Amino acid sequence: MASPLPASHGSDLAVSLTGVTVSFRGRPPLGPYDLTVARGEIVAVVGASGAGKSTLLRLLAGLETPSGGSVVRASGGTTGFVFQSPTLMPWADALTNVTLPLDIAGVPRTEARRRASTALQAVGLGDRLTARPGQLSGGMAMRVSLARALVTDPDLLLLDEPFAALDSITRRTLIEDLHRLWTARHPAMVFVTHDVEEAVYLAGRIVVLDSRTGRPVADIPSPGPLPRPDRWRADPAYREAVEAVAAALASAMDPAR
Amino acid sequence: MSRFLAPLILIALLLAGWELLVRTLGVPTYVLPPPSAIGLALIDRAPVLAGSALQTFWMALQALAVAVVLGGGLAVAISLSPIAEQAVRPLAVTLQVTPIVAIAPLVLIWAGLDNADRAVVALAAAVAFYPLFSGVLSGLKSADPDLERLFDLYGANRIQRLLRLRLPAALPASLEGLRVATGLAVIGAVVAEFVSGSGATQGLAWRLLEAGNRLRTAELLAALVCLAGLGLALNAGVEAFERAVLRHGHRR
Repeated sequence: MASPLPASHGSDLAVSLTGVTVSFRGRPPLGPYDLTVARGEIVAVVGASGAGKSTLLRLLAGLETPSGGSVVRASGGTTGFVFQSPTLMPWADALTNVTLPLDIAGVPRTEARRRASTALQAVGLGDRLTARPGQLSGGMAMRVSLARALVTDPDLLLLDEPFAALDSITRRTLIEDLHRLWTARHPAMVFVTHDVEEAVYLAGRIVVLDSRTGRPVADIPSPGPLPRPDRWRADPAYREAVEAVAAALASAMDPAR
Repeated sequence: MSRFLAPLILIALLLAGWELLVRTLGVPTYVLPPPSAIGLALIDRAPVLAGSALQTFWMALQALAVAVVLGGGLAVAISLSPIAEQAVRPLAVTLQVTPIVAIAPLVLIWAGLDNADRAVVALAAAVAFYPLFSGVLSGLKSADPDLERLFDLYGANRIQRLLRLRLPAALPASLEGLRVATGLAVIGAVVAEFVSGSGATQGLAWRLLEAGNRLRTAELLAALVCLAGLGLALNAGVEAFERAVLRHGHRR
């Protein structure tokens, strides 16, 4: 398993899975998953649908109980999670949706509202604090979801195909936003996608999952410093990495392999 | 405009046809009185009917309040514990499938014949209980599973999860349950009054029985008109309440 930092470097570790398996009733078990994510690293996870990408993210978040193996999480940090759909409470306005993690943690109300409005400003929605989810476009609702994930200042941010349902222009601006937010606070990020080019552009490392077991079968570095300028998409190194990931994905999906 | 006009014209035509048919065929008034006779009975008996309607309305409302507190409260309580739900559900279903008429004599004995209206309230509440219990419970479970995961992620306790996620998510289904329960509370009150019988209560059901026993069919139909009006009024009340609560795009 190619990993930029050995797991023994405890202080540099955000989260790691070692030989983790998950079984659901009536289905063959998924895994074993081996994945180490260092502090401040951006890892993209690609794989066919049904390859257990969401399960992998839920394992990293501690939302899934493994049936075997071990999950190690850096202590003290919080985790942010962005789902495929914005997953907002439709009865609450944007600000209340974003204060939720702080409210649960018992942060005083005025402090929580201040931090939530700062987080909403950071995603460009400083003027939509009182809007309800039904009044927001898909892209704006996703930004609220992103603000909610960032409001606790997490050291680990998990994103489950967050932009899959958006049009390509909205998606590009959100990816720029994500890079900008990452530059400001450097959380470790694990980003699930089925878009190879998005993965290479966004991440420092791309992990390819086997289409049946969900086991990671390839771990490919994406060269160059983060974040990248938009023109990096024309760089030969980018094209090369896209080719490599696409080839690994094709072989991971080949049933005759 | 035509939303009100079309049904009004239809009703007027039906009533005119009814009047004409009864008069030309010479149908005895104790079998089917003409609408004009029912109208006269409504005016003649207005004070008595109004008092009875008020009593039925009051009993149904009390029953509804009891059912809201017990059904909704029990649903919230057992939603906090899966084992409690498994334990309670068969009992709740048993209550639902037991015909109210069958337990009426027992409840009347318990309440005492001097307190027949209390028995009516209890029986109507028993009928209205299940839709509220079931509506609130299924509503509490209808929250987006990813939102439930988010509450897991941030380590929410049961009370935070209930107040911030499950209760708001339960609102539409609970209101649906309330709507069904309102109709059932009126039906329950009328049936219970029938069973308690012989003037122990003075609601609309007693007016129906009384008029029927004396072959005063016009008065019977007048009481029936009042009962239908009461049902419509309660339904409109619940709908207005539902609209007021859900106004802020709760369902998006």
